[in-house]
Amino acid sequence: MIDIQSVSKSFVTRDADPVHALNDVSLEIYDNEFFTLLGPSGCGKTTLLRLIAGFEAPSSGAIRIAGSDVAALPPQKRSVNTVFQSYALFPHMSVAENVAFGLEMQNAPKSLIDERVREALEMVRLEGFAARRPAQLSGGQQQRVAVARALAPKPSVLLLDEPLSALDLKLRKGMQSELKRLQRETGITFVLVTHDQEEALAMSDRIAVMRSGDVLQVGTPRDIYDNPQDRFVADFIGESNLLPGAALGRDPAKTIIVRPEHIVVSPVADGAKGHARGAVSAITFLGSDTLYEVVLEEGAKLHSRSRGGAALATGDRVVVDWARAVERELAN
Amino acid sequence: MTSAKPFDWRHTPGLSAYTALIFLFFYAPLLILVIYAFNSSRLVTVWAGFSFKWFVAVANNGAIRDAAFNSIIIAIVATIASTAIATAGALALERGRLRFGRSAATALIAMPLVVPEIVVAITTLIFFSGLGMHHGLINLMIAHTVFCIPFALLPIQARLRDMGGTLEEAGRDLYADEWRLFRRVTLPLLVPAISAGAIMAFVVSLDDFLISMMVSSAGSTTLPVYIYGMMRLGVTPEVNAISTILLAVSIVFVAAALLVGRRNKFA
Repeated sequence: MIDIQSVSKSFVTRDADPVHALNDVSLEIYDNEFFTLLGPSGCGKTTLLRLIAGFEAPSSGAIRIAGSDVAALPPQKRSVNTVFQSYALFPHMSVAENVAFGLEMQNAPKSLIDERVREALEMVRLEGFAARRPAQLSGGQQQRVAVARALAPKPSVLLLDEPLSALDLKLRKGMQSELKRLQRETGITFVLVTHDQEEALAMSDRIAVMRSGDVLQVGTPRDIYDNPQDRFVADFIGESNLLPGAALGRDPAKTIIVRPEHIVVSPVADGAKGHARGAVSAITFLGSDTLYEVVLEEGAKLHSRSRGGAALATGDRVVVDWARAVERELAN
Repeated sequence: MTSAKPFDWRHTPGLSAYTALIFLFFYAPLLILVIYAFNSSRLVTVWAGFSFKWFVAVANNGAIRDAAFNSIIIAIVATIASTAIATAGALALERGRLRFGRSAATALIAMPLVVPEIVVAITTLIFFSGLGMHHGLINLMIAHTVFCIPFALLPIQARLRDMGGTLEEAGRDLYADEWRLFRRVTLPLLVPAISAGAIMAFVVSLDDFLISMMVSSAGSTTLPVYIYGMMRLGVTPEVNAISTILLAVSIVFVAAALLVGRRNKFA
C-alpha cells in the first residue's frame, strides 16, 4: 500500500546546521494492516507521517502509495486522511458539516454525502450529535468526530498522529479497541504514530521502532518483544535487563538481554547454580507481581519480576537464573 | 504563631479610591464636554438650562455637514481598502512561504504606529506635492488607507497566529483546493478579526486630525479639521455638540469591535 524508499528529510534552520529528521528510511506498509511508527519524541515518526500525508516533501527518496509515486502530489490530491493530535475540527461547522467536508470537497453528490456522514457517525457511535458544534463535545467525542471525518471519504490510508495522547487512561483503553475494530471493519490501512509502547503492542499488526531518524526494527509486536535486534529496541519495548557479558562471566564484548519476568531469583541456601549471584537491593510490590532489584557480585544491576514471589527480604543473598532460550545476545 | 500575610495588591488600602480618581481624571473632561453640549447659553462655561439648540445648529450648518460627509466617505473607503490589503498582508506574513524577514516585515508595517504622526503627515504631504497629486478627497483616501493598514493588520495577524496552521492542514488533507480552503475554512475563522480590524481602521480614520490637516485642501475638509477651525474662532457650544456626536459614534464602534472580538472565541 505504502512503499517508502530511502527517504531522507532535513529541515533548514536559521541558526544551526540542518536538522536531519529522517536518514535514508525504507519501509513497506501492507494493504489492510494496522501499522505503527513507535519511538520517543524527536525520532522522526511524525515527520514520516507528514511526508505520507503530503504536508512535507522528502529531501530525497521516493514515496509510493498504491503503486504510484506521490512526490509531486499535494495533500488534497492524496487518498490519505489524517486524524490530528489536536483533532483540528473546524470550530465554525457542526459535527455533520465537519464529517461531510472531505466528501464535499470531492464534489460528491448530496445524497451520497448524507449517507456517508450518517454511516461514519454510526461507526464512531455519535449518531445523535450531528448538529452539535465541536466545542460542545467532550475530548473523547471530539476525537471520534475527527476519526469519522477522516474515514467518511473512504481513503486508502488513514494516518493517526498520537490520536489518544490527550485522553485519560480509561478513555484511551476504550479508544484503542475502537480504532482496532474500525480498522478491521473498514479494511483501510491505518498508520499510527505513538510513543506509547503498550499502545503499539496492543493495537498493531506490525510496528516500526524508530530512533533519531532511523528505523531500527520492523516486525509484529511479538517478534519485536521476543527478538529485539537492538539494545534500544529491547529497552524501549517493555522492560529489559541489559547485562554486560562480563557480569555473567561471558564474552565481555556482548550484552545479554533478559526480560524481568523470565528471571527466577532464589536464596543461595537453596543450592541452585544459576547464571550469577547477588544481593536483593530493593523490593517493589506491584499487586499480582513482585519486582526484585538485585545487585550482582560483579556490579551490574538487574530486575526480576515474579508472580507471588519467594519470601525474600532486602539484603538476602540470591542466585539469579533463567532459561538460556529466553535470553538474547547482542554485540555491544 | 501567626504567619505574615503575603503581599496582596488587591487589598492595598485606598486602592478603590485611587482607581475612582483615575477614572475621574480620564472621564470628567469628557463628561463636562457632553453636559455643556446641552447648555442653552452661548458661553461654554456658564450653565443656563437644558437645550438641544446646539445640536440643531450643527444639523443646520452646511459646512459641518459637508465636513462630516467627507469624513465618513473617506473612512468608509479607507476601511475597505486597508482591511483588504491588511488581510492579504497578514496571510502572506503568516502563511506565505517567506522563510526569513517575517518579523522585520511586520515591524516595518507596524512602524506608522510608533513614528510621530506629524512626521507621517509631513511626509505624506511632501509625497503628494512631489508627485503633483492634488485630488482633494482622493489624496485623503489614499493617505488614510495607508495609515489604517497597521491597525487592521495587527488583529488579523494575531488571529492567524493563534489559529495555527493545523486547521488549514486538515482542510487540505480533506481535498480542499486553495481557494475553497480559504472560502470554507480560513475566511470564516478570520471574520471576527477582520471585523475588529475594520472597525479599528474606521475609528482611526474618522478621528485623524494631523494627517488630514496637512493633506486636505479647500473642499476636502474633514470633520476634525473643521472643528479645529471653529475652535480658532472661539469655542462655542456648537463645538461641544459636534464633539459629543463624534464621541458617541466612536464609542459605538469601539464597543462593537470589543463585542465582535469576544464573540466567536472558539474553544
